[in-house]
Amino acid sequence: MLTGLSALLSHWARHRVQAALLLIGLALATALWTGVQAINAEARASYDRAASALSQDRLPRLVAGRITLADYVALRRAGWPVSPVIEGEATIGGHPLRLIGIEPLTLPPGAAAAGDPGDFLTGGVILSAEPLDDPRARRADLPLGTALTDIGVAAGLLGPDISYLLLTEDRAPPPGYALIHPSTTDLSQLTESFHLNLAAFGYLAFGVGLFIVHSAIGLAFEQRRAMFRTLRALGLSARALTGLLLAELLVFALVAGAAGVALGWLIAAALLPDVAATLRGLYGAGVGSELTLRPVWWLSGLGIAVLGMLASAGQSLWRLWRLPPLTPAQPRAWARESARAMRGQALAGALLLGGAAGLLAVPGLWPGFGVLAGLLLGGAALLPMLMAWLTRVGQRLSRGPVAQWFWADTRQQLPGLSLALMALLLALAANIGVGTMVGSFRSTFTAWIDQRLAADLYVEAADEADAARLLDWLGPGATALPMIRTTDGGTEVVGMVDHPLFRRAWPLLRALPDPWARLDAGDVFVNEQMALRRGLSPGDRVEQGVVAGIYADYGNPMPQVILSFDRHRALYPLPVLRYALITDIPAAAIRAAFPRLVVEDRAAIRRASVAVFERTFAVTAALNVLTLGVAALAMFASLLTLSALRLPQIAPVWAMGLGRGRLAQLEFLRTLALAALVCGLALPLGLALAWVLLAVVNVEAFGWRLPMLLFPGDWLRLGMLSLLAAGLAAALPVRRLARMAPGALLKVFAHER
Amino acid sequence: MNVKAIALILMAAAVPASGQGFAGLGSDAEGFEIPRPGPFDFPADHGPHPAFRIEWWYVTANLTAADGTEYGAQWTLFRSALAPHEAEGWASPQIWLGHAALTSATRHLAAEKLARGGIGQAGATADPFEAWIDDWDLSDRMVARGEGFAYDLALSATGPIVAQGDGGYSVKSAAGQASRYYSQPFYAASGVVELDGRRIPVTGTAWMDREWSSQPLAGDQTGWDWFSLSFDDGARLMGFRLRGAGDFVSATWIAADGRPEPQPPGALRLTPLRRATVAGREMPVEWRLELPAKGLDITTRALNDHAWNALSVPYWEGPIRAEGSHPGHGYLEMTGYGEAGR
Repeated sequence: MLTGLSALLSHWARHRVQAALLLIGLALATALWTGVQAINAEARASYDRAASALSQDRLPRLVAGRITLADYVALRRAGWPVSPVIEGEATIGGHPLRLIGIEPLTLPPGAAAAGDPGDFLTGGVILSAEPLDDPRARRADLPLGTALTDIGVAAGLLGPDISYLLLTEDRAPPPGYALIHPSTTDLSQLTESFHLNLAAFGYLAFGVGLFIVHSAIGLAFEQRRAMFRTLRALGLSARALTGLLLAELLVFALVAGAAGVALGWLIAAALLPDVAATLRGLYGAGVGSELTLRPVWWLSGLGIAVLGMLASAGQSLWRLWRLPPLTPAQPRAWARESARAMRGQALAGALLLGGAAGLLAVPGLWPGFGVLAGLLLGGAALLPMLMAWLTRVGQRLSRGPVAQWFWADTRQQLPGLSLALMALLLALAANIGVGTMVGSFRSTFTAWIDQRLAADLYVEAADEADAARLLDWLGPGATALPMIRTTDGGTEVVGMVDHPLFRRAWPLLRALPDPWARLDAGDVFVNEQMALRRGLSPGDRVEQGVVAGIYADYGNPMPQVILSFDRHRALYPLPVLRYALITDIPAAAIRAAFPRLVVEDRAAIRRASVAVFERTFAVTAALNVLTLGVAALAMFASLLTLSALRLPQIAPVWAMGLGRGRLAQLEFLRTLALAALVCGLALPLGLALAWVLLAVVNVEAFGWRLPMLLFPGDWLRLGMLSLLAAGLAAALPVRRLARMAPGALLKVFAHER
Repeated sequence: MNVKAIALILMAAAVPASGQGFAGLGSDAEGFEIPRPGPFDFPADHGPHPAFRIEWWYVTANLTAADGTEYGAQWTLFRSALAPHEAEGWASPQIWLGHAALTSATRHLAAEKLARGGIGQAGATADPFEAWIDDWDLSDRMVARGEGFAYDLALSATGPIVAQGDGGYSVKSAAGQASRYYSQPFYAASGVVELDGRRIPVTGTAWMDREWSSQPLAGDQTGWDWFSLSFDDGARLMGFRLRGAGDFVSATWIAADGRPEPQPPGALRLTPLRRATVAGREMPVEWRLELPAKGLDITTRALNDHAWNALSVPYWEGPIRAEGSHPGHGYLEMTGYGEAGR
């Protein structure tokens, strides 16, 4: 038994590259998978923390133009169950924070954060998730970027006026106050599609990685066929042999899994800041950029490595189990058998594609991902058949015996190479699909934001008095258009004045006739995501009125309604603090005159928005590149496998007079031809993928439909890259062939079985 | 009335002093004033004493409807100081806690309110007298409402204010813990109670206790039984038992004209008779009270055995009837009975 084990292991000592490939393949697959899992786990943990810590966010709010302390006391003394909050931006210990000042005694039990209440009430304590350089600061389980303190402390830092009142019992609002319902959607719901996207990428990368493992294991088993036969002939039972090999694979899986988890940690740590920035920019979700080592994901990383290894080795182990001890190894017989397998696989592929087409009719995000998976797997499964057909076409079109042999031999190689080619196809198609989606999104988004940011400056005052002084100061030198927005029951409600500037900046996708007059008369506009989510068309009715128009609102995960400014004022008596300015006065001059004012120019806002957008897809792009790298490695592994097996095919051609150099040249060409063919097939698959991403997944996940734009330049670059990768992958086996001692080729005939 | 509220306040989850623990009560190291014997300073003493750690305005009313149905109403405002001073606005270290309850033979409903001082949401003024928290108010009216109940009663004094203990200096333990304590046991009350949506006109009597202190309890004292009784002949009796390593019993006999006769410690004998299971605890709801010096030998029965205030600190507070040598009515408060009995 031990002798058997040492005999089995001696193989790896002689084939170090192979062992390395096996380990690298599995480690990479595990790394990409666990990296994505780690990022998702970190983000989800942050959401849970946010949900548990700030339960007062779940209470309805009362707002009014201005709420003084006396107003609050008057309401309490009239019996209203209200609790005051002073909230605003403050810089504490060098950190800019959203400071929330609460009054714990009037909050319902359990709503306030835990901690020593006496300390909280009179100690001036400020609770926050981050360590702040301030003697008042204490660490607490809070969303990042948020600090919680007593209302007295907040009043000292932000001013005495109350920002809003929480209504702690279910009642109609008192006169003069507007009720704002708490959001019914939480962060994990809002961001689910984002994480689903990442998870899908993790699975794709893992799948591609398994192709490497599969081919490395296949090679190792193939090369040890003779050894297996000997061991069996010497009396080792099939059960014992399989057990030994299983143990060997398990050791490999655990070593590679551990390395993969470690690598996944590095990937996650590198990508997390971008993900965190995206989630903050897109959803306002605070996610830490520090990774916590969670047992959940490193254990599942090891588990998935073992599972992946077993899945990749299953076929080889099964064959070994059934192998009669004295059967000769016959690569050719396999190849004939695999022709049957190829037809079965093609049929499965066609079924998968059909299923994907059928799933298109089912609404929802999961069916959307189902379509993607069906498309990718179906396309990959069909690939060998298509490649066989293409090589046959190539053979028919070619003249001369060498060219004919070239195509025939290429087809002969397909079964062994098909897995690597499928991996390449998947990586390329995913790349084209995601690239087209991101590119389409980028062009549409930048054009849209240029249009949306029509005013010269955007200002926000700290209070209404400040705003009034600004308007006075500006005088006739500027047109100031008030802007107002609130969030009610998870829907953003915007108040908009009818001005040519806004008419230009808010082009409507679909509308009733004369929509702006209708808006003035009491109708509303809704954004595309709200219309899609609730199945609204112009003329339908929502809570706030009849839908007169639907507008694009890219990058906003929330449903949004636009009312006329006056109606908004009547419904929500909020202070008007934000203005769009049409003016020649430079931002710096306004900042100098009003230091408390937030002044942003168009260019700065555009830069910030585009930056958020770019970060959103930075992760996608990084994963894309990694997946492509894994696919190139898969190709390399397969070619290496094949080159060892192909001597019996090449030797006769060499014997007929084709020189080693010429043979190596042809081998190299063959690899490039195969890669080029796969590129050609990946293009339609990738475009189909892009279409599903844009027209199904994006619509379901974000609520906006984007026009699909084509970027042939990108395809060309990708094609060159994959040819380069294929060339590099082929270089080593080809060089080996070119330098092969003629004796080695001769031995093929000597060992003819 | 006596020290009942101290533990209430200090143990109330939302009230900050909980961090100081029970042991801290015995010391005056934190700058709070210590009660001393001496005359009261009216009307100023009707208002708050922020330099003392704890204070309350406590009214209980025994009421009867036209058809003879009996009710009890409780209106209480506690003040608890985190520091021995008052400040304007949110910076005030004074915390206010209100309890209100309405009891009938079959129903007992209670509510609680919390507020901070300094902003006017809760407080008390001496002249004209008013104490309030949110929309609950005590002046010459006593007004409160909670889930399922409300009351609005006019109060008018028919006798003088009574100093408890030694001229208003009420000793609470053999070790000398004490408070300033006076009562107005001679209120006539009339108005309306609202129970489960029904408005019922009522008349009756009410009793107000005012007490403030800074170190009110001995460390081993775990609970108390406290009685306020108005007898049909016009006399009044206030008596309490503080349960500890040794029980400490104190009582004041108040003649019909309002003249207080403090009784020596232990003169009043309190004997539990019948126990009932209330909120999972065994509690004495019938008592025998004996004060031989006054020929008093009565049995008290709860109007409603289940007068349990299930508030942030739960306790029993309800109307009682007295039978025997001195028939009458009044209120009983019981605290510190554990889940498994005393």
